[in-house]
Amino acid sequence: MRFPLSIAAIALAALMPPADAAALQESGDPLASARWSEMQKQILDGAPVLFDPRIKVIAPSTAENPMQVPVTVDATALPNVQEVVVFADFNPILNILRFFPEGAPAYLGFRVKLQQSTPVRAAVRTADGVWHVGGTWVNTVGGGCTAPSAASASTAWQQRLNEVSGRQWSEGPNAGRVRLRIVHPMDTGLVAGIPAFHLEEIVFRDAAGKALMRLQTYEPISENPVFTLNRGTVDGPLEASGHDNNGNRFKTSIAP
Amino acid sequence: MKSWLALLLFVALAAPAAADFDYALQAQAVTGEVQVFIGRNEDFNTTNGGNIVNTGFIVAPQGLIVIDSGPSLRYGQQMRQAMARVSAKPPVLVINTHHHPDHFLGNQAFAGIPIVALPGTQQGIAGEGNAFAENLYRMSGDWMKGTEVLAPNRLLAAGSQEIAGRRLRLIALDGHTGADLAVYDEASGVLFAGDIVFNGRAPTTPHAELAHWLGALDRLEAITREAGFRALVPGHGAVSSDAAPIRQTRAWLQWLDSSLHEAARNGLDMNEVLARPLPPAFADLPVAADEYRRSVGHLFPSIEQEVLGAGR
Repeated sequence: MRFPLSIAAIALAALMPPADAAALQESGDPLASARWSEMQKQILDGAPVLFDPRIKVIAPSTAENPMQVPVTVDATALPNVQEVVVFADFNPILNILRFFPEGAPAYLGFRVKLQQSTPVRAAVRTADGVWHVGGTWVNTVGGGCTAPSAASASTAWQQRLNEVSGRQWSEGPNAGRVRLRIVHPMDTGLVAGIPAFHLEEIVFRDAAGKALMRLQTYEPISENPVFTLNRGTVDGPLEASGHDNNGNRFKTSIAP
Repeated sequence: MKSWLALLLFVALAAPAAADFDYALQAQAVTGEVQVFIGRNEDFNTTNGGNIVNTGFIVAPQGLIVIDSGPSLRYGQQMRQAMARVSAKPPVLVINTHHHPDHFLGNQAFAGIPIVALPGTQQGIAGEGNAFAENLYRMSGDWMKGTEVLAPNRLLAAGSQEIAGRRLRLIALDGHTGADLAVYDEASGVLFAGDIVFNGRAPTTPHAELAHWLGALDRLEAITREAGFRALVPGHGAVSSDAAPIRQTRAWLQWLDSSLHEAARNGLDMNEVLARPLPPAFADLPVAADEYRRSVGHLFPSIEQEVLGAGR
């Protein structure tokens, strides 16, 4: 599906350094994936997109462990980010996660399970309705989505389900950063006899109850997920709450 | 025409891979009775066929004691031939120092004689051996043809014992894996360190427990201070007459440990840890960048969890 260069793109190009503007493309997937047009249809409902170098998707070009591939999405170079959708063209389950950076910068680190070599992409919707797309190829030997979780081999995790450990950094080079881990098997449902069992929603709020970021997570997020976000200035404890697809809820406070 | 082109292309691509799968193994004498095969300081690939490892043998009164059997059936077979060029005695025992595939996948060539290892090594080979072999088929290609896992059929205990008429000190360690065996040949003063020691190559860490590994290095360094010590055979890299490779391995592990802990304490995400440059001291160390990348994947999650768990 092709669109003529939209007014949004022209306006955007005018605001950018010339090199970036030249790289801004409306068509022609820079990752040259055979699945791109299908992705645009399925994930973005065929909406117009701009391949935008300001969307940074960082991941190792070769994944040491396909069960735990670190991915960092940084869309902070873009103003007015409403929604970020992260997906992998060649994963059996395409959607990885979706986040809404409400009071926090549009930055998120996490880990994913990849089944084979694939582009990992972030589509970022700005207030004008345009999807800005960035991504990177990750090579892997694969098997990440159809390997059983470590938790499925024992029942020890059941006592610790949804247990959160986390920390905020209020000084140093990473002041304003929050990192947390949630104990959850994140079973994909693609392993025979093990139903899909995964976190669905996580919300981060500040001490006053104001939402900093809302996350929707899907099956490909790694077992015992680890998230990294930047809340800007640290202002008291951060509350993290959420639930999985079986209705198990958690709510915890991470002190600075 | 097209099919001719395709055929030409196929021949051109296929030719460089050594068609005869000859590892060109040449025994190198540490002493007259202790001989080793030194592998390349590289990663597994279809050119080296997995010959990135050191193996060796001791000419004992009752036969040859083999220490590790290499990465494939072909390697094991060629090792046997190369040993026969040095001594007319038959191999009487194979020792697997630990459960990593480059050290035991040649076992098949020694079927019929005792293959011994520590209990943890035998369990590791029985449990994970097939997955390791599959991975080597992927990385080394046809060099692996016919290779199947043959697990050790006898367990050994640590301590000083006479094997095939030769006094060996068997030292049970851990840290590189859950069970790492070092072998000290009392008569020659040669210490086979297994993968507790790397020389001129960044260490690998898929099953590492760094604190234990550092302890194991101290125990081996003590042996190098004994009066009878002559030479150290590392698991990878050149033979040494002193403890320099032990110090080099220790320096890498200590740096890795402190740098990953520091990164976790400072709140770095795994991609930021991966992006950190190697210190100048290790910049020229073969495969250092690759092993660092792998080690972050192996070790950072648990180190990071120490920090996150302490934050509550």
